[in-house]
Amino acid sequence: MTAPAPETGIKPEADWLAHLAAGRFMLPRAKASGQVFWHPRVAEPRTGDTDLEWVEATGRGVVYSTSVMRMRPPKPSYNVALIDLEEGPRMMSRVDGLPPEEVRIGMKVQAKIIEEDGAPLLVFLPVGGA
Amino acid sequence: MAETFPRGRTAIVGAATHGMGEAHGFDAMDIAVHASVKALKQAGLTPADCDGLWIGLPQDYISGLSFAQQLGLHPKVTGNNRTGGSAFMTHVAEAALALDAGIIDTALIAYGSVQRTASGKLQSSARPDAFEGPYKPVLPVAAYALAAARHMHQYGTTPEQLAEVAVAARDWAKLNPDAFMREDLSVADVLGARRVADPLGVRDCCLVTDGAAAIVMTRADRARDLTATPVHVLGTAAATFHMNISMMPDLTVSAASESGPRALAQAGVGLSDIDVVALYDAFTINTILFLEDLGFCPKGEGGRFVEGGRIAPGGALPVNTNGGGLSCVHPGMYGLFVLVEAAQQIMGGLGDRQVPGAKIALAHGNGGFLSSQVTTILGAPDTV
Repeated sequence: MTAPAPETGIKPEADWLAHLAAGRFMLPRAKASGQVFWHPRVAEPRTGDTDLEWVEATGRGVVYSTSVMRMRPPKPSYNVALIDLEEGPRMMSRVDGLPPEEVRIGMKVQAKIIEEDGAPLLVFLPVGGA
Repeated sequence: MAETFPRGRTAIVGAATHGMGEAHGFDAMDIAVHASVKALKQAGLTPADCDGLWIGLPQDYISGLSFAQQLGLHPKVTGNNRTGGSAFMTHVAEAALALDAGIIDTALIAYGSVQRTASGKLQSSARPDAFEGPYKPVLPVAAYALAAARHMHQYGTTPEQLAEVAVAARDWAKLNPDAFMREDLSVADVLGARRVADPLGVRDCCLVTDGAAAIVMTRADRARDLTATPVHVLGTAAATFHMNISMMPDLTVSAASESGPRALAQAGVGLSDIDVVALYDAFTINTILFLEDLGFCPKGEGGRFVEGGRIAPGGALPVNTNGGGLSCVHPGMYGLFVLVEAAQQIMGGLGDRQVPGAKIALAHGNGGFLSSQVTTILGAPDTV
């Protein structure tokens, strides 16, 4: 990925979705501070620096908090979780691969890009030793 | 450097509600007008006396203009600040500054919503989020559920302790004829209620009702001539750390930890001086978090603090004496009802739920997803 032209900067939503569609979990980073942040936006929070780039995430994270959205049957209930990424930022996502109420705070997880509702979606799967 | 606030130099001279619960056949504007006229009448005023207006109706982006027209106001200052349910405490701060500066003489702060009879669903005016929307968090409850889960994990807070908050609110509501839900409620009832977003069930969540509220403010010298029971604004401080729950630095510490101490410092009072507490209890976890963040108990101790009916009628600390958003009223945004209850406690005459001799009240507003936190300290004339 070539760096975006400084005068235009990153396109938060379009770039994020394009990377996901290409199978890449990318995070925005400010070149000067080296700070990786979430969610994508055109300027680094606090500094306002617009000279940003996308860097590939390791996909490793830990569940910071978790909940189950309880639906009225037959609609299935589902997980919503906050994941602390190895790079530092925290993001909202979902932990798949186990019943939603079995997701635990502190669980180690690994990112995976799936397709849902006709679009790529980043979710997390538990890894051993959680 | 200490913040300067026109401590005690402005006062609430009218505080009223209208259309609480269900207001069939009326729209939000109608019941907000009713509440406004009632509040003005308490001070012998009419709409024509108001030269400052603060309002933020959920379905009317330009309600600063439409509501002024409803009442025939010609405002010099119009405030339409929206920080979620805490907006009304920020309105009090802005009104106090405009009054104290002599720009206006009479401020009206009003709100109304008919969420219950219009749709039965909590209405949100937040825009869709491209990065979080696909995970379908049921907002706002999902955000508060994530905070509750983290608090339980970190501090051992239990579902029973959360339920105690709902039971205390209900026990207060039973003393308030205007409260929407007044049936008996036990800890077991709360725990057995339909689950919404773990660990929160439906009785951990605020009501969806209709309702309107209004308060009228003026300068202290004039307030004395308008009412025997002016309620002085001793301090108001706002703090915001985030919007989305994922961006909250620590889900167990809200910005009330900053707004509370600043408001108390402005007011020159300590927590032991507070006679009555009104908190924005959108969910049971709110009350626990805010009691901790405001300093009524150490961080992590909120669950244990509320045990044994400590915040219920007859307990050591009267909290949400109207029954709160959990059992009294919650028409989309509840912040102005928090202020009305706090002010009316100081005015006196609330019957069975009156806190005897209440002189200083803390009113705390919450907006967004534990996002905007605004603390207001109100006091009787002899506290100024």
